[in-house]
Amino acid sequence: MTSIDFEKYARGQRLRWWAMRLVVYGLLVVWTFVCIFPLFWTVSTSFKTAADVMRGNLIPWFNFYPSWLGWRSLGLSPDTIFQISTVRDEFMRRLWNSVIISVTASALAVVLGSLAAYGLSRFSYKFGYMRNSDISFFFLSQLIMPPVVLALPFLVLYKELALLDTYAGMIAVYTLMVLPIVVWIMRDQFATVPVELEEAALVDGLSIWGAFARIIVPLVLPGMVAAFLLALILCWNEYFFAALLTSTNTNTLPVMIASQTGSQGINWWSMAALSTAGILPLVFVGVVLEKHIIAGMTAGAVK
Amino acid sequence: MSTVQGDLLHTVEAGLISTSRRFWGRTALWLSALWFIGCFVLQAFHELTWIGWGFENWRPVLYAYFLWAAVLCVTRVVIYGEAGKKALFVLPAALFVVSMVVFPLLFALWIGFSDWNLASSTGRRFNGLDNVRRMITDPFYVNALLNMVLYCLAIAVEYAIAFGLALLLNQEIVARKFWRVTFLVPLMLSPVAVSWMVGKSMLETRFGPVARFARWLGWENPSFFGDPLTARLSIMIMDAWTFIPFMMIMLLAGLQALSREVLEAAEVDGATKWQRFWQVIFPLMLPVSVTTVMIRIIFKLKLADIIITVTAGGPGGATDSVTSFIYREYRDRSNVGYGTLLALVYLVIIVFGMTVLMKISDRIVKRMTGRL
Repeated sequence: MTSIDFEKYARGQRLRWWAMRLVVYGLLVVWTFVCIFPLFWTVSTSFKTAADVMRGNLIPWFNFYPSWLGWRSLGLSPDTIFQISTVRDEFMRRLWNSVIISVTASALAVVLGSLAAYGLSRFSYKFGYMRNSDISFFFLSQLIMPPVVLALPFLVLYKELALLDTYAGMIAVYTLMVLPIVVWIMRDQFATVPVELEEAALVDGLSIWGAFARIIVPLVLPGMVAAFLLALILCWNEYFFAALLTSTNTNTLPVMIASQTGSQGINWWSMAALSTAGILPLVFVGVVLEKHIIAGMTAGAVK
Repeated sequence: MSTVQGDLLHTVEAGLISTSRRFWGRTALWLSALWFIGCFVLQAFHELTWIGWGFENWRPVLYAYFLWAAVLCVTRVVIYGEAGKKALFVLPAALFVVSMVVFPLLFALWIGFSDWNLASSTGRRFNGLDNVRRMITDPFYVNALLNMVLYCLAIAVEYAIAFGLALLLNQEIVARKFWRVTFLVPLMLSPVAVSWMVGKSMLETRFGPVARFARWLGWENPSFFGDPLTARLSIMIMDAWTFIPFMMIMLLAGLQALSREVLEAAEVDGATKWQRFWQVIFPLMLPVSVTTVMIRIIFKLKLADIIITVTAGGPGGATDSVTSFIYREYRDRSNVGYGTLLALVYLVIIVFGMTVLMKISDRIVKRMTGRL
């Protein structure tokens, strides 16, 4: 007579289940550490004195006492915030440039890209020999264009057009850079909206532009937000064009950060403060609107 | 998209367009075109010093171009009515891209075969195939191209890690949103800030925490940018750090879109976890994987910021990507001709390579998914 030891079997199962949990959460924690540690290091360094940096003290209040050193050098610490500070003015100018350029370029790209994607998903075109599929391939193929191919011609052209170091020039370049991504995302969005909706609107007396503005745009607004956010991330972080095409008036935050690193003997705390201040706006946006960003990234990939 | 015959959304022309309306539309279009061409020719003559009178720079010609573009858009509706309104959806974007890409590319061909130092006053000098000859014998350019191949090969590892993370996030775990947001954070950081945070401070040989850790592990004199191999590896790791979240999210979306039935069927049939992954999940994920890797390759081919700001191509050009090499070439000599030619050659290689890659991956996907 054989009997199955259910108890033992169940115990084995449970043990394996717990081991699995342990591995999963262990890996999650390890990767969280990988993702967060550089951030933690940067933020904490901005509160360290030179001696703390040398000694490699890591944990605030435990083995170093936070001071406002880095933020004071930026003019952003509590005691200097109301005083006149040239560094802070400089920083605010760069920040403002970044905001203007990236927000305008992203918005422009979303407008142009949505219109084009909508047109391509609803009507059939013929520009010369180009049909719809050719036109959308033309837009999307811009994605593989490496910026370096256009960089030097732009430099020369912009010099002739007096567009170097202007907002208009930078916005145009950034719009071009993110346009294919916007078209890609929006094309998918419009494909999910049934045509019957517009047909009903047309029957009710709206024009195609009226139907687009009043019926379609509200429906795909989440997609537009997603496209805008992705474009914003790319524009905000862009360095290559900014380094080439701007000099004094309109250079953006990445250019400012990069220009500080080259100097002899790095000022650890002030660089850390500058980097923190430069990435904080976007990290904030990203954490708050994470859902939309993910929606944007996965739009084109998964059918 | 290619299967659409005729419009998906039909419209009815409201009324006839009178001949005089058409006439005025055409006239306005031609007048603005003539104005633009006139401005262009005038300024060209001025630049060639054939005539003394002209604009200070080409900006007025740009404004004339804007005028022509605006008139072109408006006259679509004036001349063609409803059909014109449809064209108006695509026209602005198309005009924008054509004037920002096609024209500069043609211009790049003009620059690419010349010796043009922006700092000197001699201006452009046509020098035939000199740039091509120089490129063929330039060991640094070949090195940069080989580096790009190496950097692209690193995507295989990035893909494996990203896939692993996506599988992790797809498990039944508590606080999934928290982990997802945390894993997404590196994506938001600008490469320049990353290159300072990681490249210049954490990998700093004396005080950086990573160097400290490496010393603790027993590496006597940790230096991450000293010899070519470790320098390349460090660049790869930094770039991977910012881009793994991107791949992870796309793969995660793919995993979540897998049909439950198939997975359950595999489980009922007695497939082990290992078999389920390799025989079911992985092949089903192939299309998403291919898209993800393709996009990643495209972004990888643009890699420059981290290299420019951390190593500036060093040691001895070992870490150069094509983009950073051309950037340095321009910064050092302010000669646009040679750099432009290098960039054009790079573009040709990319277009060719990507086409081949897409064909191959298409075939692999077909074969793998066909077997299921």
